[in-house]
Amino acid sequence: MASALRADNIVKRFGSVTALDGVSMHVEPGEILGILGDNGAGKSTLMKILTGYQSPTSGTLQVHGQDVVLRSVDHARSLGIECVYQDLALVGGLSVAHNMFLNREKLRRFPPGMLDNGEMRRRARQVLEDIGVNIPSVDLEVERLSGGQRQAIAVARAVSSDARILLLDEPLAAMGAREAALIIDLVLRLKARGNLSIIMIMHNYGQTLDIADRIMLMQRGTVTYEKAAAETSVPELMDIVRREYRAVRSA
Amino acid sequence: MSLKPTPVSRASPNRAGATLDAFLRWREASIIVVAILLTIYFQAVNENFLTSANLETVSQFIAASAIIACGEVMLLICGEIDLSVGQVFALAPFLMHFGTNAGLPIIVAILLALVACGLIGAINGFITVKLRVPSFVTTLGTLYILNGVTLTLSHGSPVETGGSEAMGNFLGASPYAEILWAFAAVAVMHYVLRQTRWGLHTIATGGNLIGAAEAGINVARIKIGNFVLTSVLGGLTGILEAHRIGSIDPLAGGTTVMFLAVAAGVIGGTPLAGGSGTIIGALVGAIVLGVLRDGFTLQGINAYTFDIIIGAAILLAMISNIHLGRLRRGGGR
Repeated sequence: MASALRADNIVKRFGSVTALDGVSMHVEPGEILGILGDNGAGKSTLMKILTGYQSPTSGTLQVHGQDVVLRSVDHARSLGIECVYQDLALVGGLSVAHNMFLNREKLRRFPPGMLDNGEMRRRARQVLEDIGVNIPSVDLEVERLSGGQRQAIAVARAVSSDARILLLDEPLAAMGAREAALIIDLVLRLKARGNLSIIMIMHNYGQTLDIADRIMLMQRGTVTYEKAAAETSVPELMDIVRREYRAVRSA
Repeated sequence: MSLKPTPVSRASPNRAGATLDAFLRWREASIIVVAILLTIYFQAVNENFLTSANLETVSQFIAASAIIACGEVMLLICGEIDLSVGQVFALAPFLMHFGTNAGLPIIVAILLALVACGLIGAINGFITVKLRVPSFVTTLGTLYILNGVTLTLSHGSPVETGGSEAMGNFLGASPYAEILWAFAAVAVMHYVLRQTRWGLHTIATGGNLIGAAEAGINVARIKIGNFVLTSVLGGLTGILEAHRIGSIDPLAGGTTVMFLAVAAGVIGGTPLAGGSGTIIGALVGAIVLGVLRDGFTLQGINAYTFDIIIGAAILLAMISNIHLGRLRRGGGR
């Protein structure tokens, strides 16, 4: 079976800076891939390329076995690739329902162009219920929610369309242990629903080994290590990073 | 998973309390209360206040700033401002005048003038969004350019509006024509802001620019579109005012009407920070400014004092908006 998403030899340069230096990766249907790496390792750049937000300098992408050139975020979305950015891309002053349908609002047939707020509320409630997220009201403005609730809304928005590949950029950043546990539960529940592939950029090795099926370590724009989560351990990962750190210091 | 909300709801003791509670949380509530109290006060100290002759005067003062405020509020919500709209206000009726002089029917002349205003707005938007000049500076530049253009084209002297009497009445000469135009503009723009994708995307653009772009919203289009809208509304208002007065003055409008419009928006509850705002509030803000000015004029207070009062009103409105806003956000629902 073809990989859900596959990238081959991706290079991305910004002027004289090489952010990605020949990255190849893949994620299988129903798999959770955890991407670890230092700040500046190129994780976020890779993410932006996989979502169509930026185009690579060179390299190729395949979605479900088909060669594609992602022209825009909308194009990637139309192929079932959804992303939750670290800043969540939520608008504080808009309601939960409006945020969940941001830029794919439901419209009434008459008068044409009028927002169908009732339909958006109904569907937002349905999606949140489906994935087991409990928010007091979809009319609440997002700025009134906690960090974990916002993350959940952003994830719900991403999966509310027919997402096949979900990218999560540091979903547990700046989150307490209890809120992080709720988001981990949510991700595992999404996985259990079947053929959704999830790529997560992570910082915490322990959390990543808990949740991911496979781990990929990025250093200075390349993939330096890749293994099934069950076959590696926090000490092993720490060891690789420590070696890298010493090499940089002695250089 | 159960994500509990932060405890926010405040118990209301009874139904009247609940109604009061809901009213307090209604965005435009505070400014509406202020408008009503001011009206009561001025009627109490001067019984001529609520006469039809005076209401006509007040309505004409309100109309211009209310229509322009509709555009400025949209710009403020998406994180921009247009300082040049008062100069578009002055230029538009001259463009119409040149059109009719060249033999065009007045409607065509007006439409062409408004298209030209839209182009000016598009230039403001292009310089701001694509060339990344802050809109405050962009429109400060175009403010001077447009002022010079209008003075040059008009040789600095006013002209008659011309046209048929019926058309003149429709375009602002009949007593309540201009305020009806203002109500129409407010109704349309309130609908656009609250019930259409354009309004939602305008809020999203100002509330989280990067997030809106990440969601695939064309934020450049939203901003440029709102610059175009503001300029067209400014030009329309200039044409209406010219017909009301019966003459086209190169020094009409200017920064006075622009600042009144921005003040109306701000007093009505639209913060300069972007991401939220209200069209209805801007109308009420314009009403408050109109009532204040007219009421104090009837009392014999002069124009110098009026500026002091407007300034104080803006500060008071902002202070109360910030603190009532906190109360609203702190509340449930």
